[in-house]
Amino acid sequence: MRKIIEFHNIVKEFDGQLILRGINLDIYENEFVTLLGPSGCGKTTLLRILGGFLEQTQGEVYFDGIEISKVPAYKREINTVFQKYALFPHMDVYDNIAFGLKIKKQSKDIIRQKVEKMLKLVGLEGYDHRPITTLSGGQQQRVAIARALVNEPMVLLLDEPLGALDLKLRKEMQIELKKIQKEVGITFIYVTHDQEEALTMSDKIVVMNDGEIQQIGSPTDVYNEPENEFVAKFIGESNIIPGVMLDDYRVVFHDKEFECVDYGFDDNEEVDIVIRPEDLDIVTTDIGKLHGVVKSITFKGVHYEIEVETDLMTFKVHTTDNSEIGKEVGLHFFPEDIHVMSKMRAY
Amino acid sequence: MKSFRELSYPYIVWACVMIGIPMILIILYAFTQSGNSVTTFTFTIENFLDFFNDSVFIQVLMQSLKIALITTVLCILIGYPAAFFVSRMEGRMKATIFLLLTMPMWINMLVRTYSWISILSDSGLINTILGYLGIGPIQLLYTDFSVSLGMVYNFLPFMIISIFNSLDKMDKGLLEASADLGANKVQTFLRVMLPLSLPGVITGITLVFLPAVSSFVIPKLLGGGQYVLIGNLIETQFISVGEWHFGSAISLVMTIIIMISMYLTKRVDKQSASDSVASGGGRIW
Amino acid sequence: MVKWRGKLLSGSYLGLILLFFYLPIIIMIVFSFNSSRSLTIWNGFSLEWYEKLFHSEDMMQAVINTFSIAILATAISTVVGTLTAVGLSKSKRILRECVLALNDLPMLNPDIVTAIGLMLFFTSLRIEKGYVTMLLAHIAFCIPYVILSVLPKLRTLDPNLAEAAMDLGATPWQALMKVIIPQIIPAVISGALIAFTMSLDDFVISYFVTGNGVSNISILVYTMSKRINPTINALSTILVVMITVVLILINVVPLLRKKEGVAK
Repeated sequence: MRKIIEFHNIVKEFDGQLILRGINLDIYENEFVTLLGPSGCGKTTLLRILGGFLEQTQGEVYFDGIEISKVPAYKREINTVFQKYALFPHMDVYDNIAFGLKIKKQSKDIIRQKVEKMLKLVGLEGYDHRPITTLSGGQQQRVAIARALVNEPMVLLLDEPLGALDLKLRKEMQIELKKIQKEVGITFIYVTHDQEEALTMSDKIVVMNDGEIQQIGSPTDVYNEPENEFVAKFIGESNIIPGVMLDDYRVVFHDKEFECVDYGFDDNEEVDIVIRPEDLDIVTTDIGKLHGVVKSITFKGVHYEIEVETDLMTFKVHTTDNSEIGKEVGLHFFPEDIHVMSKMRAY
Repeated sequence: MKSFRELSYPYIVWACVMIGIPMILIILYAFTQSGNSVTTFTFTIENFLDFFNDSVFIQVLMQSLKIALITTVLCILIGYPAAFFVSRMEGRMKATIFLLLTMPMWINMLVRTYSWISILSDSGLINTILGYLGIGPIQLLYTDFSVSLGMVYNFLPFMIISIFNSLDKMDKGLLEASADLGANKVQTFLRVMLPLSLPGVITGITLVFLPAVSSFVIPKLLGGGQYVLIGNLIETQFISVGEWHFGSAISLVMTIIIMISMYLTKRVDKQSASDSVASGGGRIW
Repeated sequence: MVKWRGKLLSGSYLGLILLFFYLPIIIMIVFSFNSSRSLTIWNGFSLEWYEKLFHSEDMMQAVINTFSIAILATAISTVVGTLTAVGLSKSKRILRECVLALNDLPMLNPDIVTAIGLMLFFTSLRIEKGYVTMLLAHIAFCIPYVILSVLPKLRTLDPNLAEAAMDLGATPWQALMKVIIPQIIPAVISGALIAFTMSLDDFVISYFVTGNGVSNISILVYTMSKRINPTINALSTILVVMITVVLILINVVPLLRKKEGVAK
């Protein structure tokens, strides 16, 4: 795969505050990349730098091998789907989608063809001359995507595009966006704070916090092998336990030694252990690796969320089997359920 | 053009030159004397002393404040009921009456003021009618009355508009709530509507008092050549006498007085708002 | 019964106020058609004063000055004010607040203060006072009104609108003309109308910054009003009629358009 975008040590300062603290990131062709992080982590800033709406304080941005920091937004082969769509309210659906093509002075026939194709792609055939203000949120969203894609950009930027939609519509659009991306075969860079959205759609997730990249990896990587406490906490729910790595495949936590599948740490290095709630099982005290008392039970629809209090801490367990409050239980897990992370850097 | 921000740069320069510098010039002139050459300004407060040490000037100042105050009070007394009545109308009638009440504002002020001369003069319309009744003629033109009348006539629309705006955007639910809680119409008006419309009255006061204090057209046309308000004093200094330094000092004094009175009005507004909250609270407990 | 009496009260009160507002103007208009010089005794209909008006070179020149300055000042201040407002809406807050504070000065200050400030300014630069200084002064006090009319409308726009246009390949200029301006055009028009009426109406500032015998209608009325002169009535009548037409257009045209929109 060809590298299409490279961020080199991007720093952005705004009113004396560091928004981005040196971002290095490569993005390849045909990837669905998600920038994931809490609000204020710098993900939108990074996107706006790529779109040409902000200039970085330091660092370089390469697009297809060429430095583009001084290239104005309108000359970049990148298009954006904005947070609140930014559709032109004084134009109808057709004119909104045709805007970019008209600016490029393409012939009327070609414009018509391309717009029709796009309307089909986003499922809005026959909506050509509807005024923007009469469309629902989901339909406006589709127009915004069509308006960007009709210009055949090499990269499409999406800035929390589903944020304004209700839950059901959001789920539908997630699947549809992924489908559209496969169909047009270009790179999508997607910004969101919704971890579930990121896990559903992405080929690659870039987890950001406080202006820094925390982890880059596939959805399964970042979920199963979080690199630090922040990632573990931000993506999914987790039990985080301090521990010490004795040597390869041997770890001590909760005052006990366990077998694990992790290696490559320093001997006796202090680490954090992550065990996902769904990887824990409630068993009888005799076969449990850890022991505790059931403190609370919450029904969550598909599963029960059960809190088990040991003498050192409280574990969160997701299981389909019910239990009883106050019952003494054992907790069971397999060596591959133990995820060892190095301690998060302090800054 | 590289970014939208650049679009405002020309005007920023223009505003500094055409708004900022003239203001600085007034201050500079006010604190210097006519003997000074442009390059060697010497600071002096002589102009201000001249003004405050002369009882004639102080009298002019007091007369201006008096007339402006009378005008403002009359505008509130006449304008409030008008705004109140219009705000309770509905639909097209309301829009039409509102338009009719505000339209005179757009007509040239000189023309509006001029139109009164022929009505008020000794051989004018009013005195002609009085003459048929065997009264008069009464001196109407060139009196305090005619000047105040001219000012009320010119500035009343401003008062009506700003009171109307605050009455009109008032949540009708509040009035219903007040009635629901057992207040009769008069109580509702005194305890809910009136306090809530005070900001509109305050805006109206600003819009009437400020031009009334500084006006020199109305006193000149309806007060005659002998009638001097502070605006006329400034005009004379600049146009006929040529005492620009003294004129600048007077305008500075006037500006400061206006600023202080605006500040006090706004303070009173806030004070009364918090007072009514406090006393209301006191009554409940 | 109570309701009916309330209506009578409010109706007659508003009627009295409207009478107070319009009677002097109506009398002035009526006597502009009087055949004698008297402004109180009706001697029959004539257009004598209008004839005098159109034959008076001074008056015609003042009319021309008034309207040419109003049109030029409106055009220039509308363009500059609109562009400035767009620029300010994208500027840093501190800069915007400072410019707006400066911008507010001519509106907060009494006219006479603005006027003598400009007079001192033109004199110290040794610019000869006359038509040009009057035009410059009118532009100076009109722009703030345009900015104040356009800026709130810009605030209601999606902040990404211009970026979206540039993202789609429009240059900043194209984004401005094709996307931003069409959105704010009603505010621009109302700003222009305010500027036009302000310029048409101005006396104080014009009076102080003019020279060399250049005058406008207001100055003419001021200097001639000491003697009874029905020509002023005729001139005033024309001015009143014009402003009324403009105001009716402003208030009726949007209504008609709305109706058309509904019919569609």
